[in-house]
Amino acid sequence: MKVELEADKCVASGQCVLAAMDVFDQDDDGIAVLLDERPADENLDGVREAVAICPAAAIRLVDQ
Amino acid sequence: MADTLTGRTSEAPDAVPEFPMPRQSRCPFDPPPSLKDLQREGPLAKVRLWDGSESWLVTRYAEQRALLGDPRVSADTDRPGYPTKASPEAGEGKLSFIMMDDPEHARLRRMVTAPFAVKKVEALRPAVQRIVDGLIDDLLAGPAPVDLVDAFALPIPSLVICELLGVPYEEHDFFQEHTRTMVRTTATPEERGAASREVAGYLAGVVGKRIAEPRGDLLSSIAGRVTAGELTHQQATEMALLLLIAGHETTANMIALGTLALLQHPDQLALLRESDDPRLVASAVEELLRYLHITHLGRRRAVTEDIEIAGRLIKAGEGVIMVNEIGNRDPEAFADPDRLDITRDARRHVAFGFGVHQCLGQPLARMELQVVYGTLYKRIPTLKLAGDLRDVRFKTDAFIYGVHELPVSW
Repeated sequence: MKVELEADKCVASGQCVLAAMDVFDQDDDGIAVLLDERPADENLDGVREAVAICPAAAIRLVDQ
Repeated sequence: MADTLTGRTSEAPDAVPEFPMPRQSRCPFDPPPSLKDLQREGPLAKVRLWDGSESWLVTRYAEQRALLGDPRVSADTDRPGYPTKASPEAGEGKLSFIMMDDPEHARLRRMVTAPFAVKKVEALRPAVQRIVDGLIDDLLAGPAPVDLVDAFALPIPSLVICELLGVPYEEHDFFQEHTRTMVRTTATPEERGAASREVAGYLAGVVGKRIAEPRGDLLSSIAGRVTAGELTHQQATEMALLLLIAGHETTANMIALGTLALLQHPDQLALLRESDDPRLVASAVEELLRYLHITHLGRRRAVTEDIEIAGRLIKAGEGVIMVNEIGNRDPEAFADPDRLDITRDARRHVAFGFGVHQCLGQPLARMELQVVYGTLYKRIPTLKLAGDLRDVRFKTDAFIYGVHELPVSW
């Protein structure tokens, strides 16, 4: 599974960081940064949560 | 005639329900029963507003999220069809970027996102813990009963946002008094306008000082944008006003109303009090955000292009109101939604809204509430309501719902 982040859509809510801290971080302006494009299985639930709660629909989890 | 006496039908224009609906005194934490009836009937309903105009009320969670995330809905209060809460004279004027659309909204919002990043907020946690502990020390040293709103709930966000902005806390009485007036619907338009001008005038002065002599605070950073020609002094002041207001009333009401809700649910309060697990505290914060509904008048938008949703056509120039308190009680989204259960996973709630306007201060609000809910009931385990629930005055007359006072003893 691969994570895709469209950072230009991000509104800096920080919810992805709270949901999956090993996969997402924020830059100095609070904009989401992808730390791990192919997260380990144990982080996938957190990533799915991040996809579901991202207010800007900026995160996708794609099967590849 | 019978129709108008007995209630709504879908055709009779007289029967379009008015919004907001009266709240029942039976359960101050539940949405008005007629709002729940509307939700059962379907995701969209027409309602009549204070000025006689009609707007769409969006009652279900999925449709609320879809519309709040749709670029065809506008937050610009000047758009045709925008459902205003009150007349512009009532002081509901443009409040910086929350009443703008992208790209200008995004340009301005990004100027102030930095201090609200999760890690920067986390770095403030020890300071917030000290503030909360200090206020509890004062509570325990003073007489009881005491009003928890004045002595605890309001000072916390007030201290924190003043610190973050760089406004001297000695001015907090001035801000609290005026921000309360600005969000009280029973204040006259003149009173609200005057309060707004007082605070804006003061903030304009502080921004001016920070332009001349920057410090390391958020107002200095906003002032720096004026120096760089990215903002006018007026825009900088509006932005400062937005952050100050948004930081005050919301969190304060979540602290007081959340405490009252927990006192009314002793089993849930006991779970929270007896646990040392920060995850349970975080989960309780999310559940109380879901269960309560301080922004009870809803997120309002104007539709700029026809939108087909849930089998209905919302036309360009019509207004939509997404009431998060009822979205958060949608049984399709949350099982047994009217039950307060701090162990459930409630993080998908729409208490902070959804879409590009979702609350900027949410990491700060979460952290403040986690410190409060994780500390207050442990340090004062016998905390109780002083007096009768029936005597508590709820803020049905304010743009932000909560309690006017919360007398407590221990």
